[in-house]
Amino acid sequence: MAKLTMEALTRSIGVFHAACSPCNNCDIEILDVLTPRYDVERFGITLVGSIRHADAMLVTGIPNMKTAEKIKYIYEQMPKPGVVIAVGTCACGGNMFRHSYNFVKPLDEIIPVNMYIPACPPNPEAIIMGVVKLIKALRG
Amino acid sequence: MSENEKDKKTTIIPIGPYHPLQEEPEFFELHVEGEKVIKLDITLGYNHRGIEKMAESMHYDQVAFLVERVCGICSASHPFAYVNAVEDLADIVIPDRAKYIRSIIGELERLHSHLLWLGLAGHFLGYNTVWMWAWKYREPVLDICERITGNRNHYAMFKIGGVRKDILNADIAGIWKMCDELIKPLEMFRGAVMDDPVIHARTKGVGILTKQEAIDWCLLGPTVRASGVAIDVRRDDPYAAYNMVDWKVIVTENGDVFDKAMVRILEMLESVKIIKGCLEGLKKTKEGEIDAKVKSIPAGEGIGRHEAPRGEVFHYVRGDGTNRPARHKIRAPSYMNVPSNQISAIGGTISDAAIVLAAVDPCYCCTERCAVIDTRTKKKILSGEDLVRLSQQRTKDIISGVWKPK
Repeated sequence: MAKLTMEALTRSIGVFHAACSPCNNCDIEILDVLTPRYDVERFGITLVGSIRHADAMLVTGIPNMKTAEKIKYIYEQMPKPGVVIAVGTCACGGNMFRHSYNFVKPLDEIIPVNMYIPACPPNPEAIIMGVVKLIKALRG
Repeated sequence: MSENEKDKKTTIIPIGPYHPLQEEPEFFELHVEGEKVIKLDITLGYNHRGIEKMAESMHYDQVAFLVERVCGICSASHPFAYVNAVEDLADIVIPDRAKYIRSIIGELERLHSHLLWLGLAGHFLGYNTVWMWAWKYREPVLDICERITGNRNHYAMFKIGGVRKDILNADIAGIWKMCDELIKPLEMFRGAVMDDPVIHARTKGVGILTKQEAIDWCLLGPTVRASGVAIDVRRDDPYAAYNMVDWKVIVTENGDVFDKAMVRILEMLESVKIIKGCLEGLKKTKEGEIDAKVKSIPAGEGIGRHEAPRGEVFHYVRGDGTNRPARHKIRAPSYMNVPSNQISAIGGTISDAAIVLAAVDPCYCCTERCAVIDTRTKKKILSGEDLVRLSQQRTKDIISGVWKPK
């Protein structure tokens, strides 16, 4: 049963894009992945409008005072099993904003993170590679 | 009808903070009567990272990298305005070659930003073909950026006194060819927007800002140029190479969403012209002369401006003779443009609200560097309780060793 669930989860992934407090760049590279040059929709990966339809949550930016609790709330609404992918150095560890007074704590201390894709911003190729590695790891 | 009775008849539609309309979190409250929007409340603050305060703890060269991360789309505009401000402070004259390279980066950014907007506008209209096409033709622009700077976004090219990386004369022909290839798709977009009946029906006469309203609300950039006000920092207060090449300011008269799209498309063609002019200029200057080699920054004040894709971005830097700014103030164009939604969206229908909200090309990443307090409802977005919690959390973090004091 668990194997079947994993198979279904990793077959055609609906991703929800949750921006914590980004500079927008990772967000745009995520959209770039969906547009003609990289076009991950041919692998069944689509952007969904609501977290309740999502299998994966792409988080960008640092969790700040206003978004930290919202991101936790959004994670709780995600149907399980689901994965969280931290895109960009900000989501992975805070980048240069870790010294900011509005930085709460690293994302992985708020919600469990399955995959880290560092770089500022990660190339679309890097995002695709991250997702592929995650799928391989989940399938075991 | 009293105020209370009026309130009872309206329905409030909350949009956000996480919604598919835009990438960044922000919260709109549409007050509607039936289909008609009568009031709009915008709540911001989801994107506040405290950049101005952080700038005061970094030295002048580091701040250029920090302000680059104010916004990913305007990642050349902010450092551009910042270096202008510091050079104004310290009276630095930069070499011509650096001026040309700066202008090229600034215009490449405008190209990719306007194409991005065009794509998103198509997406909001439910016209996903435009979205896919615009983003497809945006890729070659990013390729040029990658070729010149080494990165697709966050170019790290700006430096006080010049630029960090030279464009080799041998590369100019290749970049020229890539620019030539952009013109055909841009012309295609111009034709597609001008002739398409669907786009006409959805955007003509929608979200109109009159010339007077645009002036009253102090709007900037393509938003105001679409309402017939010809302001452009590149022409009005020339910096970098903008007075050394031939180009013109694009102005249209109607102020609706269609005109805002038209202004942006025509501006892209101008940008290609500016880039080509700058490449011509590069050939006349000597390779390698890209840095004025600044040693120290004196005490004083400086202002710097740049016409970002969304309008004028303004930086103020005060130095006290040390190696870090004593005060750094940023004003991004969306800060002026976003409130105009209150007039352009009101009176329209809910279905038009999305494109009208998007028409100013709002960028909340740029705007949210200061804590916002809504004076009308007296609702503090960062309340006293939050501050206490923040303080307690920090203490906890210090104790557990997660966060180390500077």
